[in-house]
Amino acid sequence: MASAVGVLHIESMMQRVIHRLFTGLAVVAGVIALAFILLHLAPGDPARHLAGPNASAVQLAELRRTLGLDRPLAVQFLGWVGQAARGDWGTSIATGRPVGAMLGEAWPATAVLVSLSLLLSYLLGVMIGLAQVRMPRWADGAVSVGSTALFAMPGYWLGVLLMWLLVYRWHLLPAFGVAGLDAEFLPPAARLFDRLRHLALPLLTLTLLGAGGVARFARGALMDIRAAAFITAARARGLPPEVVDRRYLLRNALVPVITLLGLSLPALFSGAVFVEAVFAWPGIGRVLVEAVQARDYPVVMAAATVSAILVVVGNLVADLGLAWSDPRVRHA
Amino acid sequence: MHDRGLTRDPRAVAGIAILILACATAVLAPLVSTHEPAATGDVVATRFLPPLSTDALGQVHLLGTDRLGRDVWSRLAYGARVSLATGMLATLIAAVLGTGVGLVAGVWRGRTGALLLGLTDFALALPRVVLLLLLAALWQPGGVLVIAVLGLTGWMSTARLVHGEAVAAMSRPYVAAARALGARRTRIALRHVLPNVITPVIVAGALGVGNAIMLEAGLSFLGLGVQPPAPSWGGMIASGRDTIVNAPWVALAPGVALVIVVVGFTLLGDALSDRQAGVSI
Repeated sequence: MASAVGVLHIESMMQRVIHRLFTGLAVVAGVIALAFILLHLAPGDPARHLAGPNASAVQLAELRRTLGLDRPLAVQFLGWVGQAARGDWGTSIATGRPVGAMLGEAWPATAVLVSLSLLLSYLLGVMIGLAQVRMPRWADGAVSVGSTALFAMPGYWLGVLLMWLLVYRWHLLPAFGVAGLDAEFLPPAARLFDRLRHLALPLLTLTLLGAGGVARFARGALMDIRAAAFITAARARGLPPEVVDRRYLLRNALVPVITLLGLSLPALFSGAVFVEAVFAWPGIGRVLVEAVQARDYPVVMAAATVSAILVVVGNLVADLGLAWSDPRVRHA
Repeated sequence: MHDRGLTRDPRAVAGIAILILACATAVLAPLVSTHEPAATGDVVATRFLPPLSTDALGQVHLLGTDRLGRDVWSRLAYGARVSLATGMLATLIAAVLGTGVGLVAGVWRGRTGALLLGLTDFALALPRVVLLLLLAALWQPGGVLVIAVLGLTGWMSTARLVHGEAVAAMSRPYVAAARALGARRTRIALRHVLPNVITPVIVAGALGVGNAIMLEAGLSFLGLGVQPPAPSWGGMIASGRDTIVNAPWVALAPGVALVIVVVGFTLLGDALSDRQAGVSI
């Protein structure tokens, strides 16, 4: 009996994962197609950009043929997808380096920053929300104003503010990059410490930004659940307050919070784009911004694709987390 | 149920007060500003003056001056026009588009509805900032483009909201009655469903304006939005970042203004959505 239920549950989970994988693939394909169409709709000719203002018409036509720009759009698109699937993302116009190598160096920096700040901002946000539920009314109101202000703060500005305070006024942390100039010559322990010091400022910025939104949401969810009849019933049965809080209140309030986690990933990635630009953090966001400013089309295409993949994978993980935390979803 | 009214909610009062103040500053920018926003004057004598200081000509600079000797308060007041107008217009476009899509999907179910909902879900999954960067970079940056781009990438949540409300409204007796009287779908959609779904759109809009203002400033910060020398808060933060060591007020002032305005919209939106939840019970 028990094993039959277990098998059913695994099957429905597998179906769920497969369904989500296909939806995710469709989104990534859509982003690629959209980026491709937009790049070709936009004014400006990459061949003219490359050849310079003095190129003759013959030279331009020659360059277009070499770049494959004279072929029909659909053929170009399929050609790009085919090459990308084989790991050939083309060459950057601005730097002349293979795009694959540029992104291969960049994505771990973004993944570290986003995943750590996601974890920390949810921990911090839920803790603030939980503390607010137990506070007197005036303190709850004051904390709410603070979390709303954090929620309303643009990432690049909070980054500039923290940089001003922690770097230039209090001289606590380095301003930008992943490592100091002397990092190569440091012993391993000091090198790790140097890395962590460089990570601190971008991570703090992103975490604070996220924590404001999570705290607002968690407080709302906790307040709603606290008014539910089953909480009153649990208290009336004489359960200790910690047990009521942990097993009845927190567990139920976490369900909408985890749903938000999946939805907040695109927003967090957006925040990372700006924060990476402020702190010169060498991730996908910075590569994307620099490529966009330099009109470096192959890099823009690839960075858009990779960021879409990151967001889709994050959503999938959040979906699985929801199933893990809520038996109703798991068995649905 | 007794309606407490918006004026009894401190969040709504604070939010409305902030927004009235911000809108008045924007509209009356020529009156409340003390200097021309782009006037540079004698750069060497007037640059990097701290807040509340007096320059060589005896003129007071309320929030100091930037590296070109321009008055920060005056630029802030004119920048409010850009931020508020962009945020509101972009949200209006998003609200109209989202309401249209959601209404059609909710009233004409079947294949049309499924198609529109699929499109909405797809657009919702696209990373918005990547799309914004792409669009802003490919076409010539500027105010109109930013409004269009923010509007075109912000309609999806409204569409989902309106669809849900419209489906619920379609099962109400008054829709059945209208249908029994021979009303067409278009008439049902516009006369019977639309008025019942518009309140949540307004609530979502109040929260959406704050978000749009933040994104507009972000694009300007990256140099892809409103172009200098026109004053915009994002552009002011970007140029103040380079002089943060010796003149922190240049970057701090527009950021504080931005946070205050976005908090205003958020407080109003929170109060409206709580009120709406209370009324519909």
